[in-house]
Amino acid sequence: MGSITVNHLCKQFWIGQSGCNTGIREAMVNLLRRAAGARPNEKVSIWALDDISFKIARGEIVGIVGANGAGKSTLLKILSRITYPTRGSIHTRGRVASLLEVGTGFHEELTGRENIYLNGSILGMKKAEIRQRFDAIVEFSGVGTFLDTPLKRYSSGMRLRLGFAVAAHLDPDILLIDEVLAVGDVGFQKKCIQAVNDLRNGGRTVLFVSHDMAAVENLCPRAIWIDGGKIRMDGPAIEVITSYVSTFAGAGRRDSDLTQINHRRGSGDIRLTKIEFLEGDGAARKIIRAGDDLKIRLHYQAVKRVRNPLFGIEIYTELGTLVSELSTWTTGLDIPSLSAGSGHLDLDIEFLNLMPGRYYFTLWSGNLGPVYHDVLDKCGCFDVEPSDFYNSGKGVDSRFGVVFFQCGWTCNQAPPTGILSGGQKGGGRCESR
Amino acid sequence: MWHYRELFYFLVWRDVRIRYRQTLLGAAWAIIQPLFGMVVFTLFFGNLAKMPSDGIPYPIFFYSTLLPWTYFSTAINFSGNSLIGNAQLIRKVYFPRVTLPVASVLGGLLDFAIAFLILVGMMFYFKTGFGWGLLLWPVLILELLLLALGIGMFLAALNVRYRDVKYAIPFVVQLWLFVTPIIWPMSIVPEKFRLLVQLNPLTGVMETFRSTLFPGREIQWQALLLSAALTVIMLAVGWIYFRKTERTFSDMI
Repeated sequence: MGSITVNHLCKQFWIGQSGCNTGIREAMVNLLRRAAGARPNEKVSIWALDDISFKIARGEIVGIVGANGAGKSTLLKILSRITYPTRGSIHTRGRVASLLEVGTGFHEELTGRENIYLNGSILGMKKAEIRQRFDAIVEFSGVGTFLDTPLKRYSSGMRLRLGFAVAAHLDPDILLIDEVLAVGDVGFQKKCIQAVNDLRNGGRTVLFVSHDMAAVENLCPRAIWIDGGKIRMDGPAIEVITSYVSTFAGAGRRDSDLTQINHRRGSGDIRLTKIEFLEGDGAARKIIRAGDDLKIRLHYQAVKRVRNPLFGIEIYTELGTLVSELSTWTTGLDIPSLSAGSGHLDLDIEFLNLMPGRYYFTLWSGNLGPVYHDVLDKCGCFDVEPSDFYNSGKGVDSRFGVVFFQCGWTCNQAPPTGILSGGQKGGGRCESR
Repeated sequence: MWHYRELFYFLVWRDVRIRYRQTLLGAAWAIIQPLFGMVVFTLFFGNLAKMPSDGIPYPIFFYSTLLPWTYFSTAINFSGNSLIGNAQLIRKVYFPRVTLPVASVLGGLLDFAIAFLILVGMMFYFKTGFGWGLLLWPVLILELLLLALGIGMFLAALNVRYRDVKYAIPFVVQLWLFVTPIIWPMSIVPEKFRLLVQLNPLTGVMETFRSTLFPGREIQWQALLLSAALTVIMLAVGWIYFRKTERTFSDMI
């Protein structure tokens, strides 16, 4: 009960129009093209999964990590028997429940109460089970007062909470979760993590796909890294995560020549060529410290004139949490037209709020749409060194969080009552230096 | 499929529940289609064009067949589109896909039952009499259901691959209304063409619906048996095609 065995699993997908949603019109067009001598649209395929094999025993919680498009969701779909392998086999023992999406099967016209039954049934619960857990589900979701209102009147947050509340009360032997914990506000995410923890304590087998390395490290003792449809690593979560994240670091040098990077996507109208980390006045800089006045200079090369281009940098912690995405769109830099040729953009950060540590960055340039000219995912990293910004003699370091603020504490004490009230002792303000 | 019987129940329940949500007329819509059809046909085909009706009063002549036809046409429509209409479910959840066309076909029975009451009312009004033939009705409904299911499964599976089906269904159903003896009696067809008309699986069923209402009329057993045989064939074809293509649904939908 509760084990998963996968043997040499392969899954092929046909991409493009051919093979999907064809109609009489497409068939006729192809026929005419063939008659005219042109070759019909070639059928192109990709192997989303390429010879995957692993075993998961009962009660194991395993995280699945990998870049977008690596094949993680496809693997879960095959394990859920929603789609079938092209080659190879899978074998699951016990009841399988999949959470590939929250609120699957919700119908707008039905009330919250009716949707709980419908969704529960779709996820595999028996009617009696739903009835038994009904009150617990309602309580978890927090939408009690709206139970008899049609779902179409719910806000998106309420829908999410309801969907997850039902899913959290499933009682399967094997639970497959696909990145659904990534949505929702912080309070809700906490509830979700708690629910998964409860499952772990209950001895269930859980397969957990996520981009949140902190969550994976927190919940899963074991992780599997899938890259381009193959298993790249399978072992203790900390090791797998560290290897996975470090592949994005590039050479580790801060100021980097971006032209050497191969894994980039986008139309290529603008190419990002170089990034430099400078002092506020533009001079070269040796190290970056917490609280510094930082100028990030991004060099580009435009192949042709581009209208209204946007540029951005996304800064991530080592565990993959997005700290901030700073773009010309959000800060309101309007570039009506960028002529062909090279140039650079400067991002001025007056006060770097990051705690010491290593941070990875993604660079992009594009247009509203989103349409991308050049995207370099996690193409480099920079290290922020500790500094004594508060002048307190105490360094600020990463034990104290991801960010810090320019701030100070003050303290006001109420004058003591009783025998001491007559004197001048006590009362008054105390301030930090 | 048995393992998923509860989910099946919920899908049928869902379809029934949402059918008339937030409508003004609610369940009255179940009656409106066959009733108004009957009124229009009685006026134009009956009184004005003077279509022969084998001596049966026009309203009940039309209504007796429009009633089962309404069930059949909506069943085909819903089941043919049942897979693409639930694309989201198919992409995300595992359950036997055949549940969807079956649930669609069963959902219409409630409407049929409501509209059937009107027929009973008409039978009293026109004093047509209650003969043993009426006991055949459950069997006839079953046959209609199975025929709709067989065709529905086939169309639903085909629809996933070729979306043309979605547009073809209303048009084909419309034509089918006219080639079946629903608004015209079999008696206007010359003898030599009768077999041709009977190759339409609906012919036998519809004729029998009419015959059982009027104890004087003979039941055309030959037509009915032919119709039943064709139904079984359609059911088998639909089922086989559905199962054969089932693996590809979630990839193509």
